Amino acid sequence: MNGIHDMGGMHGFGKVEVEDNEPVFHERWEARVFGMIQSLSGGNIDAGRHSIERLDPVSYLKNGYYGRWLAAFERGLIGGGALTQDEIETRMKAGASAPHATAPASRWHSRATDYVRKVDAPPAFATGQAVITRNHQPQGHTRLPAYARCRRGLIARVHPAMIFPDDHAHGRGENPQYLYTVRFAAGELWGDAADANSVVHIDLFESYLEATA
Amino acid sequence: MSHDHDHEDADIALRVEAIESLLTEKGIIDTATVDEIVRYYEQDVGPLNGASIVARAWTDPAYRTRLLNSPDLAIAEMGYGGTEASRMVVVANEPKVHNVVVCTLCSCYPWAVLGLPPTWYKSPAYRSRIVREPRAVLREMGVDLPEDVEIRVWDSSAEVRYLVLPERPAGSEALSPAELAALVTRDAMIGTAKVPGPTK
Repeated sequence: MNGIHDMGGMHGFGKVEVEDNEPVFHERWEARVFGMIQSLSGGNIDAGRHSIERLDPVSYLKNGYYGRWLAAFERGLIGGGALTQDEIETRMKAGASAPHATAPASRWHSRATDYVRKVDAPPAFATGQAVITRNHQPQGHTRLPAYARCRRGLIARVHPAMIFPDDHAHGRGENPQYLYTVRFAAGELWGDAADANSVVHIDLFESYLEATA
Repeated sequence: MSHDHDHEDADIALRVEAIESLLTEKGIIDTATVDEIVRYYEQDVGPLNGASIVARAWTDPAYRTRLLNSPDLAIAEMGYGGTEASRMVVVANEPKVHNVVVCTLCSCYPWAVLGLPPTWYKSPAYRSRIVREPRAVLREMGVDLPEDVEIRVWDSSAEVRYLVLPERPAGSEALSPAELAALVTRDAMIGTAKVPGPTK
């Protein structure tokens, strides 16, 4: 979707502000939001990303990264029937206090989710091949950034087939496709504003691409 | 910070407490597990994981080759891997090539080797600008690259995660892998810094 999340190349956001010795979480609520969502993970990361993309642009920008997570989490809980808006408001008015664990949990182990799937067909493109990206503008989820539509590049690497986010985010199945790292010259992407001597690599699914001479 | 902003912060903290207490009562989440996940990301994973990988690659040429050719196996060999790092690609800086990583569409980042990302990495300013004007952004962040150095930006738009293998600094020849790892910063492994040489 053409949303505020698709930021590559936008103007107007100013200087990159770096905070020295930054803590992992700045506020307790950020840590709790992160922890709650991770504890329930095993869900569909593509649907999760799309849920954040569908926030209105003001909400998206307002409370930073964990604010976005919270807004999408809350909407998912309410939409899925786990909580109601009334319950949350009532509990807030009562001056909610954080629950305390009575016994420690067993140690957490980070687990990798593998998105690779086997497909029967061979990859359509080979390393070094010239491709052009499609003018793909779905209303739903996609991982083709707007700045890379209708741009010519070269296949830099052929990855295995992986779950196709554009379908998976909407519950239409995994429909795996080959993934390619595509190299674009800066001039192809940014025209007269391009940095000399720079390239951008983007990981793109097979159906985003067409062969070109 | 304005009064309104303080008020909003208090409101959001209260909202999250309300949600957590309701979800706990309903048996949907377990507060102890949330505590443990927070502890894990605050204490057990962080840039030191990546730094030890980099230091080994600098001191063990066979490991460097494995890291570049089969990164997932080479990272697992060091005991690392997991969430947000199931398919890694390691890109090596060279005298005339500088690599830098971003996720313009969200904020993808190799959690299992670098921990959770810093705020600037997730900021609209970085996500919008690093693909378009990498040389200017890197200069602002303290890396001044001459025009004859090619900049390669990696936009992590799918489930592949990137780690930059920085150049080993001059004057570090006598250091042990542990001493080298202490020099390697998080930002150097994202590509927005160089590894500083050892201070005497």
